[in-house]
Amino acid sequence: MSVQDEAIAHPPIAAAAPVRSWRSGVKVTSLAWGLALLIVALAIPFFAKNFLIFQLTMVMVYAIAIVGLNLLTGINGQFSLGHSAFYAIGAYTAAILMEMGGVPYALTLPVAGLVCFLAGFLFGLPALRLEGLYLALATFALAVATPQLLKFSPFEHWTGGVQGIVIIKPDAPFGLPLSQDQWLYFFTLAVGLVLYWGARNLVRSRTGRAMMAIRDNPIAARSMGVNTALYKSLTFGVSALYTGIAGALGAIVIQFVAPDSFTFTLSIGLLVGLVVGGVGWLPGALFGGAFVLFVPNFAEHVSKGLSGAVYGVILILLIYLMPSGVAGFVRTIRGVLMPRAPRNPSAAARDP
Amino acid sequence: MTTLLNVRGLRAAYGDIQVLHGLDFALEEGSVTTLLGANGAGKTTTLRALCGMIRAAGDVTFAGKRITGWATEDVVRLGIAHVPQGRGTFTRLTVEENLQLGAMTRRDRAGVAGDIERMYGYFPRLKERRLQQAGTLSGGEQQMLAVGRALMLRPRMMLLDEPSFGLAPLIVRELFDILGTINREEGVSLLVVEQNAALALGLATDAYLIETGRIVMSGAAATIREDESVRRSYLGY
Amino acid sequence: MELFVQQVLAGLATGGIYACMALAVVMIYQAIDHLNFAQGEMAMFSTFIAWQLLQWGLPYWAAFILTIGISFVAGVLIERIVFKPIQNAPVLSHVVVFIALFAILNSLAGFIWDFTIKEFPTPFGSSPLLGSGLIGSHQAGMIAVTLVVLLFLYVFFRYTRVGLAMRAAAGNPESARLVGIRVGWMVALGWGMAAAIGAIAGMLIAPVVFLEPNMMLSILLYGFAGAVLGGLTSPGGAVIGGFSLGVLENLAGTYIPVVGSELKHPIALVVIVAVLVLKPGGLFGRVSVQRV
Repeated sequence: MSVQDEAIAHPPIAAAAPVRSWRSGVKVTSLAWGLALLIVALAIPFFAKNFLIFQLTMVMVYAIAIVGLNLLTGINGQFSLGHSAFYAIGAYTAAILMEMGGVPYALTLPVAGLVCFLAGFLFGLPALRLEGLYLALATFALAVATPQLLKFSPFEHWTGGVQGIVIIKPDAPFGLPLSQDQWLYFFTLAVGLVLYWGARNLVRSRTGRAMMAIRDNPIAARSMGVNTALYKSLTFGVSALYTGIAGALGAIVIQFVAPDSFTFTLSIGLLVGLVVGGVGWLPGALFGGAFVLFVPNFAEHVSKGLSGAVYGVILILLIYLMPSGVAGFVRTIRGVLMPRAPRNPSAAARDP
Repeated sequence: MTTLLNVRGLRAAYGDIQVLHGLDFALEEGSVTTLLGANGAGKTTTLRALCGMIRAAGDVTFAGKRITGWATEDVVRLGIAHVPQGRGTFTRLTVEENLQLGAMTRRDRAGVAGDIERMYGYFPRLKERRLQQAGTLSGGEQQMLAVGRALMLRPRMMLLDEPSFGLAPLIVRELFDILGTINREEGVSLLVVEQNAALALGLATDAYLIETGRIVMSGAAATIREDESVRRSYLGY
Repeated sequence: MELFVQQVLAGLATGGIYACMALAVVMIYQAIDHLNFAQGEMAMFSTFIAWQLLQWGLPYWAAFILTIGISFVAGVLIERIVFKPIQNAPVLSHVVVFIALFAILNSLAGFIWDFTIKEFPTPFGSSPLLGSGLIGSHQAGMIAVTLVVLLFLYVFFRYTRVGLAMRAAAGNPESARLVGIRVGWMVALGWGMAAAIGAIAGMLIAPVVFLEPNMMLSILLYGFAGAVLGGLTSPGGAVIGGFSLGVLENLAGTYIPVVGSELKHPIALVVIVAVLVLKPGGLFGRVSVQRV
């Protein structure tokens, strides 16, 4: 047996209170990573070029959208291929409010969130009867229908039809010495942190446990008194709220909304981002967002003609290396670097 | 009597958790051998390890061939039929299709057709439901179907994982009578894993007791059945 | 009245396309218990291979049969090489690999054969069927071939040992192993069959929609929709679902002005969703009874 095996088989003093110290060990390292990441995030805009800041802002926007999808699919087990629709609704709500209503951009976020919550909740109600693939198809239909509805002539006065709506980029408030890109970066970061904190607390609360119970065993959940119908619809609503706010933010950052930006391809992108980050693991959304933004561009860089093929190959290799996304990878690393005490008590007493 | 199955030092784990710590037992041809033990003792794990359903280490010999590490499909082809915990019925297929599947590795069409009728002979209730979706059958009927499916293989040895689980006493009685008949008339050796010790000892010729992944007791079933102190301390009755 | 009949028949004609695709979708679903998002691209790629064979001078039916064979083998290989390594990964990871496959095939096809539209010949001729004004020969031929394939599949699954083994492997892989079925090969076989059926679908569809790398996108959507509408457990239902969708789309386009022409696609989809809400297992599907 190697030294490492020995250490794993006979861990030192930690064996006395194995599970509790392991858990706090994980908590400390997570906190440390989070803090380090925050410091880096706060510093970057002062060193990077505007375009990179813009890209990183979009990474956060996609991350928020993916958190929304994760709440629905990862935590609650409802499969959705339709989140591009909620993203679009959020984006258009913000655009219409800003350009037609003169509403300040910050206020469009809660409105977009509310509108999307209602949309998600209302969609979630009939979706209650659908499971798995059938739900996938229904959400797929929603995603495909959305661009067509946005181009629909009677709505043109509001939606700007095929041309879409152009938005004026906001300046930093209170005359702060920040460029527009830098300000939007910090704005998005702040909104993202608040939303992430909310999602994390939701997942750890009783509501979160009910959501997961419904995912893992709906029949058992119901027989324990969990109102599955209500929870599932509410989860749809909350999920749509998150993705809708992301859409609104995205619209403000890109300064433009048009129907063909919100096709089914976006839904697929969000799903890929979700899996890459790790289904059911909220921090993974950041990795997912980065993947969604950077990898397609990188693929085009490698080969203009075969960009799709390069993208596909990268994606497959990623799944081979990390079948459960970054979440699975982190779990494996934790298993190696911070092993738990042996489960079998007699193992500690065994001769080496 | 020849030893059909010989198990030496069988170890198996689920991930980090070691469940079997070196099991030693043997099954004589034509016998009914029972593996007794409480929940979590490792009984089901033993059967799954024998069939290659989980990774295991050790020395498992069947009819002279070493089968440790063999894939399930190959173990089956040696004549080992497994009636798993929870019956493992093909719920979306019909009763008759389930039986046909049991004979999937056989080449003799006429023999298979004849055997299906024989199964209906053992289990008349199944014949009534032959074209019904297997998932709609009751627990008892599904258990009968699972046993019937296993028999369609014309196995030399049949592994049964908690056949009495979740069944009404009357059905259990019926089932165990049929198992006894199968053992006597068709010469199929049975390895029965059970929590219900009294029931199992009534059918078995040999018995082993597993506790946390090790054999702690073995002997003729009749002897264990009669030994009150053993029954009290180990088997709870 | 005549307009109605004409539109219904035209709908059946396009519906035949969807039915063909829906059949391929259900086939693979029965084999692997997932939807294959790359199915359309595999069909498209196969059709390009056929086209290439024709360019190299092969007669039509030789190219047709050879393409089916190549597609079958390719399907088996893709399963064994791409999907076997991740067989224990969670479902969504599989979905993502399907998406990757989609991207690769689409991009590769565009790279090898470029994106210009190409013509693809039909073996049935382009004149109206029997001189009548109701339906074209190709359309009729397409429907006929779809029904033949359907019949073949029905017989295969219901009455052959391999068909039964495949159904068992898809329904309960662990139990399937316990009766000696080599589950891995059953899945690979399912893929091969789906690829072959997809190739047939592609070669029948291409004469109508013309051959180019993006030809299958909306057809795959309708294939899925038709399959789900019919009920994923029923090949017959999938075919009916596909036909119904074609008719529905056409009637909506004709009879609901403005909305109809601009929102043809969403309307059809909305109807499907409505059907599913009322009948969650699809029109002909069997919702598995779950005994707790």
